Amino acid sequence: MHPAIMGLLTIAVGVGGCIAYFWGSNQFLDRVLFPAKGPNAGRNINRANMIRPWLFLFPALFALSLYLAYPVFETLRLSMTDRDAGGAFIGLANYIQMADEPKFWEAMRNNMLWLIVVPALSTAFGLLVAQLTDRIGWGSVAKSLIFMPMAISFVGASVIWKLVYDARPPGTDQIGVLNALYVWFTGNDPQQWLTIPFWNNFFLMVVLIWIQTGFAMVILSAALRGIPEETVEAAIVDGANPFQIFFKIKVPQIMGTILVVWTTITIVVLKIFDIVYAMTNGQWETQVLANYMFDKLFRSNDWGVGSASAMVIMLLVTPILVWNVWNARKEMR
Amino acid sequence: MDNIAGSKSSLTWAVHISVALLVALWLFPTVGLFVSSFRTADQIATSGWWSSLSEQESQNPFIRVSGDQVQEGDLYVIEGQLFPETDAEVSAWGTSSREPEAYEPGAVVDLGDGQSLMVNEAGAFRMTSETDMEGTRLPRVFTTATTPPEFTLENYEQVLGGGNGTDSMAQAFISTLTVTIPATVIPIVVAAFAAYALAWMDFPGRALLVAFVVGLLVVPLQLALIPLLKLHLGIGIGKGYLGVWLAHTGFGLPLAIYLLRNYMVGLPRDIIENARVDGATEFQIFTKIILPLSFPALASFAIFQFLWTWNDLLVAKVFLIDATGQTTVMTAKIIELLGTRGGNWEILATAAFVSIIVPLIVFFAMQKYLVRGLLAGSVK
Repeated sequence: MHPAIMGLLTIAVGVGGCIAYFWGSNQFLDRVLFPAKGPNAGRNINRANMIRPWLFLFPALFALSLYLAYPVFETLRLSMTDRDAGGAFIGLANYIQMADEPKFWEAMRNNMLWLIVVPALSTAFGLLVAQLTDRIGWGSVAKSLIFMPMAISFVGASVIWKLVYDARPPGTDQIGVLNALYVWFTGNDPQQWLTIPFWNNFFLMVVLIWIQTGFAMVILSAALRGIPEETVEAAIVDGANPFQIFFKIKVPQIMGTILVVWTTITIVVLKIFDIVYAMTNGQWETQVLANYMFDKLFRSNDWGVGSASAMVIMLLVTPILVWNVWNARKEMR
Repeated sequence: MDNIAGSKSSLTWAVHISVALLVALWLFPTVGLFVSSFRTADQIATSGWWSSLSEQESQNPFIRVSGDQVQEGDLYVIEGQLFPETDAEVSAWGTSSREPEAYEPGAVVDLGDGQSLMVNEAGAFRMTSETDMEGTRLPRVFTTATTPPEFTLENYEQVLGGGNGTDSMAQAFISTLTVTIPATVIPIVVAAFAAYALAWMDFPGRALLVAFVVGLLVVPLQLALIPLLKLHLGIGIGKGYLGVWLAHTGFGLPLAIYLLRNYMVGLPRDIIENARVDGATEFQIFTKIILPLSFPALASFAIFQFLWTWNDLLVAKVFLIDATGQTTVMTAKIIELLGTRGGNWEILATAAFVSIIVPLIVFFAMQKYLVRGLLAGSVK
């Protein structure tokens, strides 16, 4: 069967199945199990209403538990077993082995660099664009264009930027714009930017900053709009200059949103994989944790160390997870 | 700040110019890819895309003289055109790779053995010889020529039509579509019911479940790869479309439930309570009232999930693509091309653009919903 037809069939079966489940189980509850008539009608309605939420929730909870909650514990378990020894428990041996590998520490160092640079610059650029486009006529067009990279895949963006970083032999016309400018201004030989250790990390980060700035801009732009006019007007009356208004009146009022943007981008950065995989595959000292993990899992087939590195990513995400849950609970009260 | 005397005009100009610069900076790389996908391989390899509208002066690979010889008196003559298809203008030429720019156009050059060769500006050549040239090796001509800008759809023909299977994106395009649509639709249905229960039904443990969903929002899917692959292989799903649909559904659910719940909570309480008083069942309230009212949130999530599954590489690599490579998606195909056709920018740029264009159309058509979803989805 052609996969496209299979896809359509799956939509029909999946959606139809879901609706049949919800409808059928509701009918069963109301008609058969606890019918809202007869001597116990009142009690039955109450009972049915106690069960119904769980009918509505069951498919989602089942999928969430199986696809996200269970893997956390299974990965934890795998990280403490040895696959070659038939899954025997070996405690922290995988973690110790991982800590002995220079490639792991290279990935850690690079991830920390990414964590510092990308959220900071994306947020800063986003804030800058949000502020600048706030008052000009074609601001929404400008925002739309800067937002556009959000729709482009990490792989597509990698190709786009590989063209920017492309190098041709010295003496010939450069087709990568970075080298064209570099040769034009300095007269030096063109550089293979992605192979220069340490600095190449920053060339990879540019790709993610390019993508994430639009996201930061959209959220911060809405936050800037939400600032009460009176505070800005009062500052103008008091003789504040535009920079003072921006840094001393506006930014403090949207600090909460800035923090949200920052943490959201931080999570993206922690999981960054495609860009490194597509552009350097971790060569020339550009390894990051997610790519290191992919290497271990699917190239060396070392599930123990691979799972251990996945747990490291989980550990780095945990503070944000706790903070989010805490905030959400506070909001619900 | 518009009414600060004296500083208005200069500052406004500075703002306009800096925004224009930023937009240009952000667009430049994408435009480069777009323009490159319409250029010929030769032109991409020899000049930057930003000069694609100007005339190109480039050294061409050698062309061997060929043609039918005719006899003119006691001379054997071959005449012809070096560039029959383009309007190239020759500025210099030569007959050896060491001196490719030795001669002026129009010069008649003695090649020894009684042979001589002339190449003029338009690329026409005339070769004469005192002896019969039949079966002999004719000289090579190196040219430096300016060619007018040239745009072509050939790259798209090659990438989409793809006579040879290796460059073809057509199949990968279908695969991507096959992955994307069910992986977008199914989570919406599942999540909508759950979101309604979390938003409007009272039951013990509701707050805890909401916290559970918020927590799962940030769990890296990297953790799920091995356990779920083991599970899929164990229960017989194996690698394939079914597996990738299930995986995308699972990974998309937290955001779906979170977005939809936040939206549904904001719906007016009166409508729902009136319906309850009028005797509507929860199921009727959900399908007749909540679902239609939640359309903006459903659309937001649908766009997110569509972009995410279309652009995904990791999930497809782990749960879908098997050794046969029949089901490869476009992102994975591009990675493959980066390895095998690293320098062939006409193929790479075109393949990348084919994969980018669909999300871009969706993006520009439904930007309103995307922005709305982002604003609702960022945990505040």
